Amino acid sequence: MKKLLQTNNLSKTYVQTQGFFSRVRTNIHALDSVSFSINQGTTMAVVGESGSGKSTLAKSLVRLVKLDKGSVKFNGIDLLSLEGEKLKSVRKDIQMIFQDPYASLNPRLNILQIMEEPLLIHNYLDIDARRKKIEDFIERVGLSVSDLKKYPHQFSGGQRQRIGIARALILEPKLVICDEPVSALDVSVQAQILKLLKDLQKEFGLTYLFITHDLRIVRHVADDVMVMRHGKLVEEGKTDIIFKNPKNQYTKDLIQSIPGLISKRN
Amino acid sequence: MKKNILKINNLSITTKVNTNLYLVDSISFSVKEGKTTCIVGESGSGKSLTALSIIRLLSPQLKMSGEILFNNEDICKMSELEIRQKRGLDIAMIFQEPMTSLNPVLTIGYQIKEAITVHSDSPNNEINKKVEELLMLVGIPIERVNSYPDELSGGQRQRVMIAMAMSCNPNLLIADEPTTALDVTVQAQILKLLDDLKSKLNMSMLFITHDFGVVEDIADDVIVMFKGKIVERGVVNQVLKKPKHPYTKALLGCVPDALGKKQLTPIDYEKLDRAMQRI
Ligand SMILES: Nc1ncnc2c1ncn2[C@@H]1O[C@H](COP(=O)(O)OP(=O)(O)OP(=O)(O)O)[C@@H](O)[C@H]1O
Ligand SMILES: Nc1ncnc2c1ncn2[C@@H]1O[C@H](COP(=O)(O)OP(=O)(O)OP(=O)(O)O)[C@@H](O)[C@H]1O
Ligand SMILES: [Mg+2]
Ligand SMILES: [Mg+2]
Repeated sequence: MKKLLQTNNLSKTYVQTQGFFSRVRTNIHALDSVSFSINQGTTMAVVGESGSGKSTLAKSLVRLVKLDKGSVKFNGIDLLSLEGEKLKSVRKDIQMIFQDPYASLNPRLNILQIMEEPLLIHNYLDIDARRKKIEDFIERVGLSVSDLKKYPHQFSGGQRQRIGIARALILEPKLVICDEPVSALDVSVQAQILKLLKDLQKEFGLTYLFITHDLRIVRHVADDVMVMRHGKLVEEGKTDIIFKNPKNQYTKDLIQSIPGLISKRN
Repeated sequence: MKKNILKINNLSITTKVNTNLYLVDSISFSVKEGKTTCIVGESGSGKSLTALSIIRLLSPQLKMSGEILFNNEDICKMSELEIRQKRGLDIAMIFQEPMTSLNPVLTIGYQIKEAITVHSDSPNNEINKKVEELLMLVGIPIERVNSYPDELSGGQRQRVMIAMAMSCNPNLLIADEPTTALDVTVQAQILKLLDDLKSKLNMSMLFITHDFGVVEDIADDVIVMFKGKIVERGVVNQVLKKPKHPYTKALLGCVPDALGKKQLTPIDYEKLDRAMQRI
């Protein structure tokens, strides 16, 4: 199978001042030598503790976070050194669904404008075709055409998340980086979105990097899974195998505490 | 019988532009003292609007009617000053999207401190100690007090909100999807923490979630919302094990199983409509 994404030694350290009064600086190793690869047309899940570096990893792949070290190959191209037109054309192929939908939607644009923006940047010039595409995608995420004239603040949390999903998918990218894409959704809409992602994968051979903390979902969507802790990759492999035979203690704890497997706490 | 700390009678919410379109449609429910009521339901069914109306933070574009009794006092009739005193002191809220309620230009330490000083005039060093204690409780390293909200991860931000809400030992905690960004291990820790507060302070909770695992763990009572209405209510075991309404049945049918064997299928709304016409 062809590797669509290959990363090598991704590292990122943030520096912060420490404590109320002290000026002592402390290093936060958000990513510590992370290397992995994803095969084309497959889904790689990323799970891990809150604060373990998952979003930093995701953002570094769309160049929203500048890495200290490491390299990323996308389709054989060195992603981190791209500039100008070349970067623009690759950008179209890699889209991201953000963890915080509110922060990622421009409050001054209505949904039609929000959906149109990426299409315009990438030269989809025919107005009718553009409109048709937008309507198609907004309905596929369970919203309606009449919602297009509304602004982000007029939606519920889950509806906003779905707008972010529609916007990321509308360019038919090759790789979609999904940062907790369904964590604000009720189980029915969740199933609908996961099915949409699967259908698109079958139809267009999409590849997903899928960050989630819900291991039940990992089971359903992921071919492979990687487990992060304190910026490091602590375990990775085929989903079935990791679930059956987790090696790392943290992975074991995660699987142990899947809701529905625990009975009432006391 | 336990007394009701919160009682909502015929709450309706519409937009000011269109007062015929009900976003929340005449709902009534109550939260018993020292107990947890969970709200579950469809995305867009009015859960967050209901929560926001209780602390009177609905958007000015919206209009509400009905009665919201907190300890038998109608919140809708309170002056702006009275409600501000209740907020963060008697009633605390954890918002669905932390970034909409955290101030991006202030450090998290400062914001938690502010939440404490609203109702306490302890000396500065004691308040600092309390901030550190709260951060520790929610599992954020103390050296992060000087971080700004956008320097934190999604789950860390959520936990800052939880720390702020707990800082005043509220009688009623309204939590809108407070653990969506947390992995199961941290989530279990936070739920335990809330449970402890509940028994220690006799705190009551109104808890919005879409995670039925969480419902099973923390709820005493459950209400199910669908298109602005409450379609089902009852004690947790009854609603989860013997749901009556077709929507509740359909929703429970979508819950992913722990072993990943069951197919994930969304609700078939045509079928649901037919079932609902029969009742
Ligand atoms: N701009 C920043 N400045 C300083 N520290 C940061 C910054 N962004 C992230 N961090 C820190 O880096 C670490 C990793 O953050 P990241 O957002 O990648 O975590 P995450 O795995 O996505 O967590 P969550 O599941 O809670 O969303 C955290 O400790 C976070 O506080
Ligand atoms: N300011 C507003 N103007 C117009 N409509 C609004 C406004 N705020 C919310 N709505 C609509 O009211 C309905 C209920 O919204 P609410 O935020 O309460 O949903 P919710 O049940 O919390 O959903 P979710 O699970 O997705 O967060 C939604 O259909 C939403 O689009
Ligand atoms: Mg994150
Ligand atoms: Mg909501």
